[in-house]
Amino acid sequence: MRCRKCGEKAAINMRQHKLALCGTHFLEWIPEQTQRFIEKYKMFEEDSRILLAVSGGKDSLALWDVLHRLGYQTTGLYIDLGISDYSIQSQRMAEKFATENDLKLTLVDVAESEGATIPEASKLTERGKGKPCSVCGLTKRHIMNRVAREGGYDVLVTGHNLDDEAAVLFGNTINWAVGYLARQGPVLEEKADGLVRKAKPFCRFYERETAAYALLRGINYIYDECPYAEGATSIYYKELLNQMEEVRPGMKLSFYLSFLRAKKFGLFVQESTIAQSKLVNCSTCGQPTTAPDQCAYCRTWDKVRSRQAAA
Amino acid sequence: MAVRLTLRDKEYTVNPGMTVRHALKTVGIQPESVIPTRDGELITDDEVLKDGEHIRLIAVISGGGF
Repeated sequence: MRCRKCGEKAAINMRQHKLALCGTHFLEWIPEQTQRFIEKYKMFEEDSRILLAVSGGKDSLALWDVLHRLGYQTTGLYIDLGISDYSIQSQRMAEKFATENDLKLTLVDVAESEGATIPEASKLTERGKGKPCSVCGLTKRHIMNRVAREGGYDVLVTGHNLDDEAAVLFGNTINWAVGYLARQGPVLEEKADGLVRKAKPFCRFYERETAAYALLRGINYIYDECPYAEGATSIYYKELLNQMEEVRPGMKLSFYLSFLRAKKFGLFVQESTIAQSKLVNCSTCGQPTTAPDQCAYCRTWDKVRSRQAAA
Repeated sequence: MAVRLTLRDKEYTVNPGMTVRHALKTVGIQPESVIPTRDGELITDDEVLKDGEHIRLIAVISGGGF
């Protein structure tokens, strides 16, 4: 297969676009398309202060590389979840990338700030039935928003790719989780009461593309999966979608883009409005919440600490 | 001889002469879930596999919560 632009040997074939590119042109194509999506979805401005959530994985490091190449001001945020070797290695990858590219990386250690690692905390709450994923997601989202607010960042950016978005969309559609569907998209607008603007510049790239970019750029990322990811529903959904993609190339992208079009024409707007009107500020941390008093994060971690003290 | 495919710590063997895509389907790997490489270079899945070669597959699906 030959590169559409120069005729040299192709390094990647993107069936959904009927486009094959060599390494050189692919490494140009990804930043060009990223810039196009940033503008199309009005994610942020040229001079925006961007906080980028970095996990040490291929998507977040590839995105950091692209944003840096495009000239954006970025600071990385790495959250140490205390998941043994996995956290040690992933932090090392994030720090290495930051150092090599002369980029600033902010570190937050959950155990240091809250008194327990994520695995320890998950054993002390009923949330997530023993698997740390629920406490993990809750904690990461809270910390990301807090650091973005306190640092005065204009936008919080994550490396979510199309496969991530399609899997979430698939799960929310199966369950008709209209509240979540109303809030899913490339951009989550900021809320005056304390929710920072969030954007996903990679939301239209397939996972193969972000991985190929990282490999071709020589970016060292953590190859191992989180040890708790085994059996995750999200992976199961991704595999199902890939089976469909195999038969109908472009299906994943079409699924996501059609959803965005439907939302643009009014689908879920009522749910979005209702959810927004129900936000209050947490009595402990001040972050917006739909709960009447404390937000889920503060409630969960207060419970963890009191059970630790009682043990 | 044959062709070796490795994905993480698993190894698969296929006959030479088939495309990468066909080989992946033969051993039950979703083509969308991996990037095939030959001698450290990315290759497309229409490449025909040669006798005795080793193709390293890079897993691309990441999992867990978002």
